[in-house]
Amino acid sequence: MLIQLAYLLATGLFVFSLHWMKDPKTARRGILAGVAAMTAAILGTLATPDIGNWAWIAGAIALGFAVGIPLSRVALTAVPQRTALSHAFGGLAAGLVGTAKYYVWLYEAPANLTAFRTAAIIIEVILGFLTFTGSLMAAGKLQEIRWIPQRPVTYRFQNFSNLALFAIALLCGVALIVKPVQLSFLFPVILVLALAFGVLLIIPIGGADMPTVISLLNSYAGLSAVAMGFVLDNKLLITAGALDGSSGLILSIIMCRAMNRSFTNVLFGAFGQVQSAAATGEKRNVLSETPEGAAQVLEMAREVVIVPGYGMAVAQAQHRVKELYEQLNKRGVNVRFAIHPVAGRMPGHMNVLLAEAEIPYDRLIELDDINPEMPQVDVALVIGANDVVNPAARHDKSSPIFGMPIIDADKARVCLTVKRSMNPGFAGIENELYYSEHSYMLFGDAKAVIGDLVKQLAPHSV
Amino acid sequence: MVKRFRIGSRAGMRVGITLLSAFVQSAAVFSAVAAGADAPSAESTDGLGAAGHGVEAAAGTDFSSLLFVLMLSTFIGLGVITRVSRLLHTPLMSLTNAISAIAVVGAIVVVGTESHHWLITLLGAVALFASITNIVSGFLITDRMLKMFKQPESPKP
Repeated sequence: MLIQLAYLLATGLFVFSLHWMKDPKTARRGILAGVAAMTAAILGTLATPDIGNWAWIAGAIALGFAVGIPLSRVALTAVPQRTALSHAFGGLAAGLVGTAKYYVWLYEAPANLTAFRTAAIIIEVILGFLTFTGSLMAAGKLQEIRWIPQRPVTYRFQNFSNLALFAIALLCGVALIVKPVQLSFLFPVILVLALAFGVLLIIPIGGADMPTVISLLNSYAGLSAVAMGFVLDNKLLITAGALDGSSGLILSIIMCRAMNRSFTNVLFGAFGQVQSAAATGEKRNVLSETPEGAAQVLEMAREVVIVPGYGMAVAQAQHRVKELYEQLNKRGVNVRFAIHPVAGRMPGHMNVLLAEAEIPYDRLIELDDINPEMPQVDVALVIGANDVVNPAARHDKSSPIFGMPIIDADKARVCLTVKRSMNPGFAGIENELYYSEHSYMLFGDAKAVIGDLVKQLAPHSV
Repeated sequence: MVKRFRIGSRAGMRVGITLLSAFVQSAAVFSAVAAGADAPSAESTDGLGAAGHGVEAAAGTDFSSLLFVLMLSTFIGLGVITRVSRLLHTPLMSLTNAISAIAVVGAIVVVGTESHHWLITLLGAVALFASITNIVSGFLITDRMLKMFKQPESPKP
């Protein structure tokens, strides 16, 4: 009874923990609530009668701390990889508990393998292990590990073979539900299929779709915890898992809407491959600008909007951007940041990087709020963003990104773009913004270019 | 300043209705399956299952109440998460990471049962290790990120 009370307390605290995330002011209270809830849950479980094997438990907990603490100290640009990696750990834990439970019941108490329980175990194991390998692949892609292809990998009948594989796993599952003891050899088959399916699901997905995929994997990790709750008859697992699952679901919906694409399109569309052929070969004039000239333009502006993208994260330019922000602020220029929901490699990626650089969060403006003001903006400074400012999304029906909400950088009086080269971005789409007559390019590494801009602005301020 | 996110009302309705029908259908299927499958197994459990498995649930679990819990907590989750500030989506994800490591409960139950084969204990120990890693790194990194969100009014050093 006491244990159930501890679980009840934990459930309530988890809800509060997420509730307090509604505002940066109360968010840290949310962590306290989360830690308290987790402590109550763990202590409650440890207090269960018949718990033994203390050496194993202590060893695993100590190892967990030893790995977990360094993992929490990674650079903030590596947060997407770390998040994917911890989804993998979550999936692994669920998959292993499901596996252990199945074999324990199979050998010690086959009567416990009711149809319902077996079904829950199969769902738990499939979701857990596909999240495990899928998240490892995603983390590898984000970390740019050499032997994991960055570009989407596609081949003929890809979707067909993936679906066939999944169907086989489901059929094995149904057979196992009907005869959980006699057909036990099917269990390892399901396991291997789930592991393989996780890899195959992520292979065709490119960098810009990562925000959606990470959110989706987040949701799967939660759902596998829910399935574990059904296996173990534990309501705390169900509630906490459902909170995580719905969080992942909502984030994926936001990401999909921000790209005007559907789930199926992200998972089965293999974005990058299709459009590389669509890029036109036509050469047009691009105006480039020196840091000196750009600094003058910025100096004379009153309203500046900075549009950051993944390029800023790659170049680790956020601290230079902060210096630029301060220099311009000193001159009475109103500087704001326009944040596109899918800028970067995970939801909210840009917000965290700019917060790390100590830019006050009331300067970070969402897409819908900044767009109506763009025509009054003197300078839009695009740093390492590409598709999210491509005006083709508004009017070019043949463009693969048509319909995607974009930041209207082209409506500002002058548009400056910091970019490494004219290579089209991830999707292989030409960006007509760069060819417009009030648009100037600053070629180079984002960190170096912004550094130059700051140097140009600094001497005058003394 | 902090704007509430709304899944445009129509899309929100669609998600809600899809979820609701999914819950009702699965409840119907599961209750049918559970009614059919549990009845015969109930008597055999007395001989096999109960002995030596204090942590194990009895075979006659009330599945429909679990489905009720799942449905209600999903709706609470959807309600709470849609109110989360967009600024905090990255910390939100690492926080929910830590919360979904509630799998730690299942892992402890598996490791802690002494009568299990050592291979099972090993599986449980790896699961426990993975969950604790997520809990520790999830909460710590969320705290680290949230500390960085500076109050707009606070005077700058």
